[in-house]
Amino acid sequence: MTEVFNITLLSLQVSTIATVISLLIGLPFGTLLALGNFRGRSFILSIINTGMALPPVVVGLVVAIMLWRSGPLGGLRLIYTPIAIIIAQTIIAAPVVTGLTAAALEALDPRFQQQLLGLGASRGQMVWYLWREARLPLLAALMAGFGSVISEIGASMMVGGNIRGQTRVLTTAIVLETSKGEFGNALALSTLLLVLTYLINLSLTWIQQRSRKANWQSAPRK
Amino acid sequence: MKNVFAVLLVVLFGLTSCNTTSSQNTNLLLVSTTSTQDSGLLDVLLPAFSEKTGYNVQLVAVGSGQGLKIGEEGNADVILLHSPAAEKEFIANGFGIDRRLVMHNDFVIVGPPSDPAQIRGKSPVEALEEIFASRGTFVSRGDESGTHVKELALWKNAKLDPTGQDWYLETGQGQGATLSIASEKSGYALTDRGTFLAYKSNVGLEVLVEGDPFLLNVYHVITVNPEKWPNINLEGAKAFADFITSPEGQQIIAEFGVDKYGQPLFFPDADKTDEELGL
Repeated sequence: MTEVFNITLLSLQVSTIATVISLLIGLPFGTLLALGNFRGRSFILSIINTGMALPPVVVGLVVAIMLWRSGPLGGLRLIYTPIAIIIAQTIIAAPVVTGLTAAALEALDPRFQQQLLGLGASRGQMVWYLWREARLPLLAALMAGFGSVISEIGASMMVGGNIRGQTRVLTTAIVLETSKGEFGNALALSTLLLVLTYLINLSLTWIQQRSRKANWQSAPRK
Repeated sequence: MKNVFAVLLVVLFGLTSCNTTSSQNTNLLLVSTTSTQDSGLLDVLLPAFSEKTGYNVQLVAVGSGQGLKIGEEGNADVILLHSPAAEKEFIANGFGIDRRLVMHNDFVIVGPPSDPAQIRGKSPVEALEEIFASRGTFVSRGDESGTHVKELALWKNAKLDPTGQDWYLETGQGQGATLSIASEKSGYALTDRGTFLAYKSNVGLEVLVEGDPFLLNVYHVITVNPEKWPNINLEGAKAFADFITSPEGQQIIAEFGVDKYGQPLFFPDADKTDEELGL
């Protein structure tokens, strides 16, 4: 039982850290892509949008090759550690958060941006108000990023190695139980994973909907 | 857009009609171990069988633990595994019939060439004692496969319990992945010789312990019990068991790997009994 608890905890830790890092990368980068007007912008956006569908096994393979002792970053001795999984999952989630952030901000009425600048907002203040305005789709971006890594298996297996007590996460444990023929355990772990993902999304949705309600209620007062 | 849709439809139809037109009796569902697939033996054996008998073999390669469970559920026609004790239980519980000795290869303990625990040339029990005493990294399959079961039996034989030690890593993955992890971690591992030879060029490991009678890895073929699962392809299963125990099939087994590795990976045993192999 404690083992299941530790596996679950590791899954949550690794995927949460990866999602937070993705947010730190994706939010500014996505904003830059949505608001910026520079050469190659469409090209970068198309790359990011492709990255949103990056197959985790491909990410796992590339990260593994980098981190193997024979690889360029082998000296860091990170292969088969939780940090390796975090690196891979960040690479998977970052394009998702970036792409959805860009889409969320692009969906805003462009006049809103002009208005903010016209009212004398600094660029920083403007971005802040745009984020506030788009917070519902931005939360959706966060959920999508988290969802893409908590359920991911290929990269965790390849760069983590599914080592018991060290890098075994829920998805790799499910594969292992299935390969042992312990379908009952596999189903129990799957249920646990689904319930956890549901609870996290439920709380994020709750925050999202609460702010939507607040928006709606404050609207007539304007 | 319309064209793409039409092409998709055609492809989908093509796929479904493939499934429905081929007669069920020519499909044979074989469950075998990752070691027979990873070594490449089945890539040679199955086409020869298909050519001779016309059966189309669908291979599911899993660990022996899962293989037996799949057999218990009736999701296979015939199984080829290497976990003798568990197989006997499988037969005793009425899940399988007609268990025949097919072949053996052997297990070896591999490790980094520097051999920090000094196990080279020792017996399996001594080797494990050295690894335990020096806390050398040991990478275990940890997946209840035939190899894992064998490894646990070796530890038990040495009266040691490595579970929970921080140098004892359980990967819960196939033999190839486990060897890669052992190589990266400069650790020791138990492996069947066939898989090791197939992976040798990719991993920095050497055979350090070999040749002990306890390290034999014996394969049996078992037909899933048709009384429990009447839908299984009994004729196909029997044809497969007949083929791999026939002189022709045994010859393929004996010759497999000689051209590539300079030594056979498997040794045919159809004319022997369990007792002769010390089972």
